[in-house]
Amino acid sequence: MARIIAGVGTSHTPAIGAAIDNGRAGDNYWAPMFRGYEPSKEWMAKTKPDVVIMVYNDHVNAFDFKIIPTFALGCAEEFPIADEGWGARPVPIVKGYPELAAHMIQSLVLDEFDMTIVNEMQVDHGLTTPMSLLFGSPKEWPVRVIPLAVNVIQYPAPTGHRCYMLGKAIKRAVESWDEDLKVVIFGTGGMSHQIQGPRAGLVNKTFDTAFLDDLSRDPERLVKIPPIEYLRDAGNEAIELVMWLIMRGALGDRVEEVYRFYHVPASSTAVGHIILEAR
Amino acid sequence: MTKEQEYEDIPGTWVFDAQRARKGYHLNQFLYSLMKADNRKEFLADEPKYLSKYKITPEQREAVLKRDWNRLLHLGGVSYALAKLAFTDGKTYQYMASQMVGVTEGEYVAMMQSGGRSLEGWRSKRERGER
Repeated sequence: MARIIAGVGTSHTPAIGAAIDNGRAGDNYWAPMFRGYEPSKEWMAKTKPDVVIMVYNDHVNAFDFKIIPTFALGCAEEFPIADEGWGARPVPIVKGYPELAAHMIQSLVLDEFDMTIVNEMQVDHGLTTPMSLLFGSPKEWPVRVIPLAVNVIQYPAPTGHRCYMLGKAIKRAVESWDEDLKVVIFGTGGMSHQIQGPRAGLVNKTFDTAFLDDLSRDPERLVKIPPIEYLRDAGNEAIELVMWLIMRGALGDRVEEVYRFYHVPASSTAVGHIILEAR
Repeated sequence: MTKEQEYEDIPGTWVFDAQRARKGYHLNQFLYSLMKADNRKEFLADEPKYLSKYKITPEQREAVLKRDWNRLLHLGGVSYALAKLAFTDGKTYQYMASQMVGVTEGEYVAMMQSGGRSLEGWRSKRERGER
């Protein structure tokens, strides 16, 4: 049986990917942030998952405004890297797992989550930045990836509760796949940040710390945070944190926090990172 | 009209909600077109001509030509799409954010490096006496 053995929460700020691609990861500005991910890369190299489910959001790259799916599951063989307006990132093409993705679609829809099926899709920094942070810069990614793109750009994003319940349904879907696979699920985006308007640059470390704490201690509190609280207290783009709740929901009731890192800033963002193992 | 949303009380912020997205649809589709290098070149060669291909309003058109970033947010532009315009100009995202804030790019970067903007004073328009 396939099992979700761990969850990774991490910011996916595009400037992080750009710093890697432009050879600036060792700069004074960036070095402390990248050092924080060294233990995570070691953890990932030891854990060696077969499949990653990457919960992220597209930033007006794969999807324009013609169609805005709330939950879109990538079912393709592979996912090319998007040119977001400054050239595609020089990272390997992302290989999917269409058989498992197709199974997940059937399981999730019958479990009352009306997923959008995506058979062709480019992936942007929302997906590739976390890959680079946890897997480094290999010639080929050592894992197959099932992208799950969530609309967090046009208000309202799905609620934290809905995301958490989707995570639980993903766990049921994966566990009903009859193949021994180790799956790691990512929840990406956040943490506190606002990248628009006169209030741009907002950071709320208190909010972020409590969020990281309660992923293991009290996820039920996080699930009840209403959209307005993310927007107002942690910044307009902090609503991305609902994607971490999909990850959390997919881990089951008991988790152990095995690593945490927090750093301000990456561009306009408070970088948060956590690794949770299912127990 | 529905009653005013709670998030309209957040200062210095235009939440990209369904009504704003509706008004900004053609504007954002124009911005999306700037993902392609050929389109960026064509736009920069003659901005008004390029804009005439899109059903944007005169206010949106003027705000694009002036790079009036906050006005563009108000008129339904979404930050990720607006970034394509900043990149077309050879600017960084942080430059665009600094213009929205009303400081230089250097000042904006320095604010972030010193821990970012505090929530204090930025929580509510009512608390700020803005209405």
